[in-house]
Amino acid sequence: MTKPESEWTWKELPVGNVVLEPGNASQYRTGDWKSLKPVLTQEKCIHCGLCYIFCPDMAYNLNEEGYFIADLYYCKGCGICAKECPTGAISMVEEET
Amino acid sequence: MGKRVGMEVSIAAAEAVKQANVDVISAYPITPQTHIVEHLSDLVANGEMDADFFCVESEHSALSVCVGSEATGARSFTCTSSQGLALMSEITYIASGLRLPIVMILANRTLSAPLSIWNDHSDVMSIRDCGWIQFFVENGQEVYDHVFISYRLAEDRKVLLPVIINMDGFTLSHVIEPFEMIEQEKIDQFLPPYQPLYRLHPDHPITMGAFALPSIFAETKKAQEVVIRSSMPKISEVWKAFGDMTGRYYNPIETYKAEDAETLLVTMGSLGETASVAVDRMREEGRSVGLVKIRLWRPFPFEDFKQVALKAKDLVVIDRAISVGMGGPVASELKAALYGYDSRPSVYNFVAGISGRDVAPSDFIKMVDKAEIEIEEGNKEGYELYGVRE
Repeated sequence: MTKPESEWTWKELPVGNVVLEPGNASQYRTGDWKSLKPVLTQEKCIHCGLCYIFCPDMAYNLNEEGYFIADLYYCKGCGICAKECPTGAISMVEEET
Repeated sequence: MGKRVGMEVSIAAAEAVKQANVDVISAYPITPQTHIVEHLSDLVANGEMDADFFCVESEHSALSVCVGSEATGARSFTCTSSQGLALMSEITYIASGLRLPIVMILANRTLSAPLSIWNDHSDVMSIRDCGWIQFFVENGQEVYDHVFISYRLAEDRKVLLPVIINMDGFTLSHVIEPFEMIEQEKIDQFLPPYQPLYRLHPDHPITMGAFALPSIFAETKKAQEVVIRSSMPKISEVWKAFGDMTGRYYNPIETYKAEDAETLLVTMGSLGETASVAVDRMREEGRSVGLVKIRLWRPFPFEDFKQVALKAKDLVVIDRAISVGMGGPVASELKAALYGYDSRPSVYNFVAGISGRDVAPSDFIKMVDKAEIEIEEGNKEGYELYGVRE
């Protein structure tokens, strides 16, 4: 999408509102839904990747140091990663506004 | 000139669907639409028609299949009545919102309860606001003709909207009428193969039917509203092209002896033919009565209607459905169309002929008599259910 949805006029919409650009859901910022964000305590992390596997939004990515980190642009703050983490390395903390 | 034959209207409607080179038919049988889909099923099974016939388990599925097939670029057709329409009503809004040019014949039948198989317009009034272009036809030839007209109109890049052809159940669907069939070559010229603007195809992935946030929904509805309102000139253009081909010209508002008439009967659908007999009789008695027949229901032809209606003193509007608690839906829209004109006619509304009860020429005369007396006595916006035993 070339510009945010909220800026489109009715004349610019494609007929029937078809989405002509495949995969543009990646531009949708679901991260602003959350009230809690996952925070990783690296000392406890065993690099098992369960957070990555269970994340329903595929928000987790492996960083260069070998840790799985949630991309807060997409993370909705559901807390499944924190619940599934076998060592309790992920805690859900309130986002600062 | 095409071949003239006698045929049941439902069979002729199915033959039109065949001649329109429809690719996909998806329907579920329901009285009084049944003969149309049965004949189509025969045509496909016998190899006389190159189309896929989907025998689905419900009308909700029937229209859902059409939404899917039309989205891939296949010319699609469905057909239903009454409860069947009620069951597919959810999908009617989706088809128009997605701008899919499906054509549906609706053999109008009463909505239950009480359970009734006979004709009135309560079924289509339940989806009045669904965003389809809606025609009401008066006889079998008009059903046949409007199949071609509807596809050409619906598939036009400037329109891309689904179309409903309303034909009165039994009164039209089950009678044998003379038809002038159009030669296939002429139809192929009038109705070229469908060229979709967008279609679902693995080589060019797109998404149809994505959700919309409040930030974009109103813009989407505005686009839909503008396109159906501005389809008016295109509808006239298609009717004109069809008329030039066949000699049968159609108009959004048809009139009969309406010029200089003080009182105008207003009907929609097959009642128009009976009403014209009543008008002849009243004219013979020297009464100044004419007839207005609404052919195009959506988009509503305000301008055409006002041109005729504003010249009259009284309108006697016959509705074949009740908006329970409010009156006749057609009359209420006509009143709205005339609001704002100081010299507007009085609108007297009868709900008549519901659930297939006959409305004879003498009934129209009685309604005009009653309306003229009531209006004379000052009841200018009256409403009643005609012919109910007290």
